[in-house]
Amino acid sequence: MANAEDIQRQIEDLQNKLDSLKKNARQKIDQMSSEVKDTNPYSRLMALQRMGIVNEYERIRSKSVAVVGVGGVGSVTADMLTRCGIGKLILFDYDKVELANMNRLFFTPDQAGLSKVDAAAKTLTFINPDVNILTNNYNITTVESFNHFLDAIRTGGIVEDQPVDLVLSCVDNFEARMAINAACNELNINWFESGVSENAVSGHIQFIKPGELACFACAPPLVVAENIDEKTLKREGVCAASLPTTMGIVAGMLVQNTLKYLLNFGTVSNYLGYNALIDFFPKMDLRPNPQCDDSYCRQRQIEYQAKPKEEKEVEKEEVKEIVHEDNEWGIELVSEDDNLPVSSSTQQAPGSGLKLAFERPVDSEQTTASNAVTDDVSLEELMAQMKSI
Amino acid sequence: MVDANTKKTLQNIPLLQTRASPRDKDLWVQRLKEEYQALIKYVQNNKASDSDWFRLESNKEGTRWFGKCWYIHNLLKYEFDVEFDIPVTYPATAPEIALPELDGKTAKMYRGGKICLTDHFKPLWARNVPKFGIAHAMALGLAPWMAVEIPDLIDKGIIEYKEKGTQ
Repeated sequence: MANAEDIQRQIEDLQNKLDSLKKNARQKIDQMSSEVKDTNPYSRLMALQRMGIVNEYERIRSKSVAVVGVGGVGSVTADMLTRCGIGKLILFDYDKVELANMNRLFFTPDQAGLSKVDAAAKTLTFINPDVNILTNNYNITTVESFNHFLDAIRTGGIVEDQPVDLVLSCVDNFEARMAINAACNELNINWFESGVSENAVSGHIQFIKPGELACFACAPPLVVAENIDEKTLKREGVCAASLPTTMGIVAGMLVQNTLKYLLNFGTVSNYLGYNALIDFFPKMDLRPNPQCDDSYCRQRQIEYQAKPKEEKEVEKEEVKEIVHEDNEWGIELVSEDDNLPVSSSTQQAPGSGLKLAFERPVDSEQTTASNAVTDDVSLEELMAQMKSI
Repeated sequence: MVDANTKKTLQNIPLLQTRASPRDKDLWVQRLKEEYQALIKYVQNNKASDSDWFRLESNKEGTRWFGKCWYIHNLLKYEFDVEFDIPVTYPATAPEIALPELDGKTAKMYRGGKICLTDHFKPLWARNVPKFGIAHAMALGLAPWMAVEIPDLIDKGIIEYKEKGTQ
């Protein structure tokens, strides 16, 4: 049994540890300084101005970003934004830290059992106390939580009652992505979708500006149900693979484009893929689908089309006609594809060199007797009937 | 995975018509009525063909569902609690059916005991929005999952038969 002295000693010990932790934590800083000093946490970031990359880096303090999903990608994303001195960070997750997460970055084994958002908030505040970090511990796909989520991003800006500047999706499932998509289409908030494949060797980020770029529901996964017997279902288990490398790279791509977007430098990628096996980074633009199932997406598309477009400065390339000094045989080059027939589906051309692969059939089958018929019965009656079976 | 038997089961479940999520006030009530009618028909069919295997009920709003499902293996009945929420993006995304007491007992499960539906069910669901409802999710999602997983879990000794009344 421990006697009073032992306990006293333990308390002193813990007190000392606590004091040293407090001593190590830095104080808040009011103004970002570009002074080159070992003690200035922002000197290397402010140097971006001197190098001519970013104008007024300090604007980052007036930006608010929501990170949905604080797992392999989301935690590193939040870490990077915190170190960059983002003004406000709103975290969403309903999971707990597990030892099975330790092949990823950021979380440490002693945090196992804590909620991901609380564990992350603690570490992040210690790294940079200047960042205002809010945590939300719930599943955004349920009806009640979704309303909290809508409120949180609609009023989560630096200025009260203003929306967040950007939402970053770092979730690991279709349902949550669709929920973020629905919220951002409805509130007209720009967001980035990110993902790492189940086999851990590819990933992507996708910028979604409601109405201007394809939303997450515009191009549903091309699903093909196969004719296989249930007995032959895969049995190895659902545990997805993951690598800290791929997740770190995807988080890096995500935050890099977030910084470019928030601080207006460089070009923001609309879609950037990553294939780890061959180090291939495909890049493209995805335009919205006029027949998107999400009604808010269609509404945003109409609004976007009605808006006057910013004139993009097109650099004119001067094509000089090549004239050879002599051409005694009269040889000239004739293009072979000048007279090829052009695809007829120009109705809503998706972009140069592209054509639509699939036209949605018109929903016509509103028939058959097997449909549920709901006249004449009240919901209460049905509920009672179900209970009494 | 749709064998002849499942096909027949499926044909006898009424299809739904209303595309509505719990956020669509009145339309959702309409959808909910269709859900209940399809479920009632499905349970009646099951009883008629002596293959009754679940009971479900919902809260007043129809957003949260709970009940029991059971599986007969070697003449013994294994019963489990079943529950799920209707997601805000329903019916574009299917409900994530959970058997909480099996959480951590099989790899074919996500956190909280949500059964894995990715391979065998979600493609089917996606192609049948909004015609499929909860009854279809039970028939094509949970039923085949249990048919594969439960015997395996019993064989491995991970779940054991409980006498009635001892639960």
